[in-house]
Amino acid sequence: MANTSTSPIKPDRFGYAEAQHLLNRAGFGGSSRQIQTLASMGPADAVDTLIDFPSTTDLPKPDIDPDVMRPLTDAERRERNRANRNGDEETLARFRAMRQTAQGADRRQFANLQQWWVDRMITTPAPMQEKLTLLWHGHFAVNYRGCEDAYLIYQQNELFRQNANTSFARLAAGIVRDPAMLVFLNNDRNLKSRPNENLARELMELFTLGVGQYTENDIKQGARALTGYTRNDNDFRFNSGQHDTGNKTILGKTGPFNGDQFVNICLAQNACPQFIAFKIYKHFVADVAKPNDADPDQKRVILKIAADLRRRDYDLKPVLRRLLLSEHFYDPSVRGTKIKSPVELTVGTIRALATPQRSGRLLLDALRMMGQEPLNPPNVAGWPGGRTWINTSTLFIRQNLATYLITGKPPFDTGWTRKQINYDATALIEDIKNPTPQAVVDRLLALLLGGAARPENRAALLAFLKDHNNRITNDTLIALLCLITAMPEYQLC
Amino acid sequence: MTDNAYTRRVFLQRSLAMISATGTLPLFLQRSAFAIDNPLDAPLTSSRPGVPDDRILVVVQLGGGNDGLNTVVPYADSAYHNARPYIGIKENQVIKLDTHGKTDGFGLHPSLGPLKDLYDEGLVSILQGVGYPNPNRSHFKSMDIWHTASPETGGQGNGWIGRYFDNTCAGEPEANACIAIGDKAPLATYGEKISPIAFDDANLFRWVGSELHPDLAKSYDQINRAGQDATADPDSPAAFLTRTALDAQVSSEKIRSAMAKPAEQSYPNSRLARSLKMISAMIRAELGTRVYYASMSGFDTHAGQLGNHNRLMRDFAGAVTAFYKDLKKQGNASRVCILTFSEFGRRVKQNASGGTDHGTAAPMFMIGDMVNPGLLGRQPSLTQLDSNGDLKYNVDFRQAYAAVIDRWMGADSKAVLGRSFKHVPIFNPKKLA
Repeated sequence: MANTSTSPIKPDRFGYAEAQHLLNRAGFGGSSRQIQTLASMGPADAVDTLIDFPSTTDLPKPDIDPDVMRPLTDAERRERNRANRNGDEETLARFRAMRQTAQGADRRQFANLQQWWVDRMITTPAPMQEKLTLLWHGHFAVNYRGCEDAYLIYQQNELFRQNANTSFARLAAGIVRDPAMLVFLNNDRNLKSRPNENLARELMELFTLGVGQYTENDIKQGARALTGYTRNDNDFRFNSGQHDTGNKTILGKTGPFNGDQFVNICLAQNACPQFIAFKIYKHFVADVAKPNDADPDQKRVILKIAADLRRRDYDLKPVLRRLLLSEHFYDPSVRGTKIKSPVELTVGTIRALATPQRSGRLLLDALRMMGQEPLNPPNVAGWPGGRTWINTSTLFIRQNLATYLITGKPPFDTGWTRKQINYDATALIEDIKNPTPQAVVDRLLALLLGGAARPENRAALLAFLKDHNNRITNDTLIALLCLITAMPEYQLC
Repeated sequence: MTDNAYTRRVFLQRSLAMISATGTLPLFLQRSAFAIDNPLDAPLTSSRPGVPDDRILVVVQLGGGNDGLNTVVPYADSAYHNARPYIGIKENQVIKLDTHGKTDGFGLHPSLGPLKDLYDEGLVSILQGVGYPNPNRSHFKSMDIWHTASPETGGQGNGWIGRYFDNTCAGEPEANACIAIGDKAPLATYGEKISPIAFDDANLFRWVGSELHPDLAKSYDQINRAGQDATADPDSPAAFLTRTALDAQVSSEKIRSAMAKPAEQSYPNSRLARSLKMISAMIRAELGTRVYYASMSGFDTHAGQLGNHNRLMRDFAGAVTAFYKDLKKQGNASRVCILTFSEFGRRVKQNASGGTDHGTAAPMFMIGDMVNPGLLGRQPSLTQLDSNGDLKYNVDFRQAYAAVIDRWMGADSKAVLGRSFKHVPIFNPKKLA
């Protein structure tokens, strides 16, 4: 039986391992020193430091041009319409070429944006801000395929970042006015005379209530409330001429609702805090595919989070604070049992080992192959996560990526030699007074696995050292790191 | 929900039953051992009675929007030549599809010669006028619609192949149930249960760390081949990972040794040919895979179409034909059904750049021993167009998917596609039996 208490963990039970668990889940892990610092603060301050993150406005912004996918000017539109009427194929071809050039440029800047975000997760002093941004990105999932405008995607990413730890109500209110979402779910085509139900459906099914908590009629009526919610280039625009001002009955409430009021009606449902609590639980605590898959202990904790959300009007900080301080969060059944997402694996390995800078492009390729290309989830439901991250091919990519991060050896480079290693792993053990093989192996296992290696695997590491005359050199340390990151248990945190 | 709970429980019981006997075998070996003596009498893939479990579907995706009208050419229709004075293919250039001695006015692109050989052997079914309601002309959106089989939602949700596995596999699916060649698993293969395998290069389907130190491989093997700990809870994430790690090692050897063997058939040099050659090697090696996915791109022929499309057609026909011949030599041809599609066809009227713009309905090819050969469906009128100047579809692509799911894969298309669709008679019942 798991401890389901949400009372705060006692300070005397919060040591290195607990601080590491906290940093893994609330952020992307860290170095031994960072973990020690966190441990020395005690649980309350440690959690506060992560949640009340410092201002990050000084961090570098992406290099992105808001106008690459600009709409045609009035003059251009007139010219194109004229060409259309007159069958002026040459002019039409010119417009087509212009559009294709813009699309090509936008795809390049989208790739830069993806690399920028990965880099930010690696370097930010506020990891929980990015971890939460990742949560909201997976929750309100939009991909580039369905939007084809890198700047809109960036704007949405900033919406999540700026509201990362504020309030779910603000995020939900923001998303129905977010141009990327409006384009992605076709709400720019949701017209009074011809409602489009896409956003209304997902708002209830995926964003606030969950499957089965509404009727098809609620969707139809909700779609009417969202008519006229569109965009003008990069900005939200309320097109009052296309908004249906009539009465709607949504989830039992009747009135001339608009989209913002529709969101509030959803937020007021009992199902909403439960659904969002489940999503938070899934992101920070345990791999549970669907609400009904939660075991009774998990359900109990999710209900407590839901009650918190409701009581706090969806304010996130107090809810997250209570969860991350709770005895349940530090229960052995919770620790070391969650499968790392590809982003967690990549960023976490870099942060734990402080490896040298690697090719952003290669990291992105690896993330794509592992199934989690940032800003490009497969569909509006986001990434299913958990065991779906792992199969026989992604497991090799995960192992090879770790080897690349540690050594700099690109997986496909056969001419590469050990001499090219530019990572100093001896820094990881320099403070060990008597670096016996056991002490060294245990230090590395503590850093990368929280000490949770299978005994046979620990023995395999010691045997490797023994085969190399128990020499502790950068070379053998690198070899050990590559082996540890290739252990099945390294995929867990 | 209840189904899920049920299968999880079945899996758990089954795992417990197996662990004692076969503690360290990889998953799929455990399965085969288990299949012989199946105490729960639960089918591993719940096929319809009479449908063999070893059938394979190979999906070939033509990305970018293949010009259907220049692939299967309505050469006898003057509207075709009027709309395409420059890029239209003349009657004396097409490879005529004169079935049963009668001329029906259609011919293949001149570079599809090898495919015509298969056609003449009765191995090709051409579905004409395939599309879906309210066509979307964005590459991405229309591709998503084909992948999810969900035009109503604009292509949202899981993929149709993923849902096929969701609806047919009891418990944990085979490790290699679905393999896509490429750097990313296509949306079509996403489901709740399977995590589709995708790779481009079998040389990366292994740990490359052993290249660092010659003797690292030994330690790596100790770690990754340990298999599931007999005392561990088989449903725990740790046990799942050790099982998958062992599966990965065994699959890696199988796949790489399969690829290292020379094919029984020579293939032309193209991306699709390379992919299909890899698939053929894996079919020969009996990986237990039910669906393979290969793709080629470059079909977005807005400008200078003639030369480009010529090359695309040559690559497509060359690759698919070599693949079929290879399967035939292996003795696997009767087990493999090939389905080809593109996200849309192209506009009837050529544009000013010697190309064509995004359109709608287009033909699909179904290839294999089991098909009803010849032309199926109906070519849409080239004069009664929609408001964009595009063809109006006659066959919903889900009618083809439904036939494949029900007849070839032996599953329930209604469960997979969300509702029933009238089958296109792709399959010849006699050849299926």
